[in-house]
Amino acid sequence: MFEASSLNRKNLRNERLVKASLGLMTGLLILPVVLILSTLLYKGGPVISFEFLFASPTNGMTTGGIFPALLGTILLVLVALIASVPLGVAAAIYLSEYAPDNWFTRAINLAIINLAGVPSIVHALFGVGAFVIFFKFGTSILAASLTLAIMTLPVVIVATRESLQAVPQAFREACWNMGATRWQTIRRVVLPNAVTGILTGVILEVSRTSGETAPIMFTGAAFFLPLLPQGVLDQTMALSLHLFVVSTQVPDMPEELPYGVALVLISIVLIMNSLSIALRMYLRGRKKW
Amino acid sequence: MTKEKVPARQDFDQLNRDWFIDKAVQVLVFLGGISAIVFIIGIFVFISREGLGFIFGDFSFTEFFGSPNWRPTSESNPTYGILALVAGTASVTGLAMLVAIPFSLGAAIYIAEFASGKKREFLKVTVELLAAIPSVVWGFIGLAIMNPIIIQTFNVPVGLNVLNAGVILGLMAAPIMTSIAEDALKAVPDRYREAAEAMGATRWQVIYKVVLPAAKNGLLGAVLLGVGRGFGETMAVLMATGHSINIPTSVFDSVRALTATIAAELGETAVGSPHYEALFTIGIFLFVITFIINLSADLIVRGVRKG
Amino acid sequence: MVAVVEPTAVNKLEVDRLTIRYGDHVALEDVSFEVRENEVFGIIGPANSGKTSFLKTINRMDMFDSNMSFEGAIRFNGVDVSRVRNVYGLRRRIGVVFPLPVGLPLSIYDNVALAPRLAGQKNRAELDIIVERCLRRAALWDEVKDRLHSLGSMLSGGQQQRLTIARALSQEPELLMLDEFSIAVDPVTTMRIEDVLRELKKEITIILVTNLVQQARRLADRTAFFLEGRCLDVAPTEELFTGTVSDPRTRDYVEGRFG
Repeated sequence: MFEASSLNRKNLRNERLVKASLGLMTGLLILPVVLILSTLLYKGGPVISFEFLFASPTNGMTTGGIFPALLGTILLVLVALIASVPLGVAAAIYLSEYAPDNWFTRAINLAIINLAGVPSIVHALFGVGAFVIFFKFGTSILAASLTLAIMTLPVVIVATRESLQAVPQAFREACWNMGATRWQTIRRVVLPNAVTGILTGVILEVSRTSGETAPIMFTGAAFFLPLLPQGVLDQTMALSLHLFVVSTQVPDMPEELPYGVALVLISIVLIMNSLSIALRMYLRGRKKW
Repeated sequence: MTKEKVPARQDFDQLNRDWFIDKAVQVLVFLGGISAIVFIIGIFVFISREGLGFIFGDFSFTEFFGSPNWRPTSESNPTYGILALVAGTASVTGLAMLVAIPFSLGAAIYIAEFASGKKREFLKVTVELLAAIPSVVWGFIGLAIMNPIIIQTFNVPVGLNVLNAGVILGLMAAPIMTSIAEDALKAVPDRYREAAEAMGATRWQVIYKVVLPAAKNGLLGAVLLGVGRGFGETMAVLMATGHSINIPTSVFDSVRALTATIAAELGETAVGSPHYEALFTIGIFLFVITFIINLSADLIVRGVRKG
Repeated sequence: MVAVVEPTAVNKLEVDRLTIRYGDHVALEDVSFEVRENEVFGIIGPANSGKTSFLKTINRMDMFDSNMSFEGAIRFNGVDVSRVRNVYGLRRRIGVVFPLPVGLPLSIYDNVALAPRLAGQKNRAELDIIVERCLRRAALWDEVKDRLHSLGSMLSGGQQQRLTIARALSQEPELLMLDEFSIAVDPVTTMRIEDVLRELKKEITIILVTNLVQQARRLADRTAFFLEGRCLDVAPTEELFTGTVSDPRTRDYVEGRFG
């Protein structure tokens, strides 16, 4: 019944071969990106300095710093957060705590998935048609941020909903039996335990919105603005758009400058994502039941 | 509570503040819940609103879908054929999938079935970080890094072409495909694996004959989502494909994708002009296509992520 | 069917031809009896007899299950529970203890202070008094008095069950319903809780659903026997065990011949 050892040795060798080739494939997937990131670091690193981050561009963008773009990205992200987080949390609460299991709820979930899957340029078209033209905000921080908010709404909803659903049903039932209303139960027992999930969603949203270019290109971001924005109806510069333009449309651009911009942008994104991963790991250790 | 009988209270049945607050919250969260549906419908409505003029005006079905001549700025005879643009999108996405699918699948199998503990954690975190790199950065990589490499390696005059964008797009789509494929593999119950191993199968045989077939729905969903991502990608494709509008005959040809066309030309059109409206019509087309892809992917993947 | 509603007794709960359904499936059929004030009313019977469904209908927790419906009436203090406008007010007057102990992921103090806070009590000194009183009455005070700030969800099973009782007591309920409370709890804790219930009987009304026939004998004044969705007997407990019963199956169950 137990076969001769030569067959086993062959199987074992095959096994090792397969494992090695799959490992190789995984490595090949990751390696190019690591090389690319190292190149960015190598070529863009020397460009980064305090002045680079905090000074304005000069000489037709070929020298100087990126401060207005950095500030613009921060403003866009902030306004987008203000618009999307309350709405996203409310939607997640509805889906987790109230929604019955029927076709309408499935439709909502489908809408969320599609919202996340719509091409960014289509979001841009929507932003132009709705906020710039129909609501007459013009090309502005407001129009661009609202476009970004709708685009990243799914991120907040999904992260919040998952953390709400992780709270055991037994807790809710205990509260309901005591005469607590649904909202009282959510406010006192469910939501406090979902805060880290909401935070994760917020961090991920920050990461995504800082990197987006197409949705803001026609709705409120511009390349060269002499002044910093004074209010939400003004246009602004943005890091992602800045990278696009300095790498494609500015003549006599010194080679390293775009690398520097790319490095700053990618650092923001990677730091944010690492934060959310760290938050998740911290959560896993801190069990409350 | 004293040691006397607790009195019966008939006054418990009053509508109080908590009762009203609860009702109000119910309404508010419902509004939040339907917001997603409202926005999706809104997107379709507003892009259609801007593109309708073209559809009822200069639009001709055969020209739009059948002609490779996209010349909206021609003064004498503007044409609005998107065939070349579709070919551009399709060729780049096709190459990207060719590159990404085998590697994503291989990596997903490795992470789900062979790696364990710290190594697995590390790989999953790495893949997650890779998926976060913004599109414009990838486009920049295509321009600054891939471009010279292609020119030198293959001895061609121009490095912004199907090959460049295809590889970049492949690297972009691969992490998310790996994630979803890995979820699909992990969702296959352990008892399937144990049953096969008990019959003497090697690790690889277990995967090949048992796990992969069981996970095929989720894997198919991962591929579809990758295709959807490729179709909808804008900035990376804009920056890496060059600017020729033609149907490619080799991977070294420059092309133009649908998404890139909108991004490149919208800024130069006048609001309400036929060109402007035609671009919005391309947007409607993109919306419908990605809607269908995402719908199919979800129908197939649903239940896999929740496991 | 059995019990005659005695017009002279004071009834905490009147059940009037109650039928409970889950979709087409009948969980409880045509049940009528009364639960009197200050008695311990036991309900015994094998699994799936409708005992838990019955409790759920009393405090209208059936509202959370869209599949559940009922006909007939349950009157709490004379008020038909299907006609109350503020169902939360109804639930506040009724305390429930479930089979599986539940410690809320709040501090032990906040666990017991929750119901008073929901009722509007904000004064910290008052809350301190209430928390200590309820924990003492639930026989938990001595074990936790030095760590009231620690998480209620991290206590042992037996402690969490007593915490549940403390929470129920903090509602100052008129009616306390216990559904097989000793299933997940050690015998010592069970005995302590039974002592608590004996004390409480003087002040409130108690419905005790139990699968431990002897527990009903120890605690209940009157007991009902539910079998497969019907109530076969309601009688003073001793009669159920030693006297005459209307249905022979009651005697069979009580003597352990099935269940």
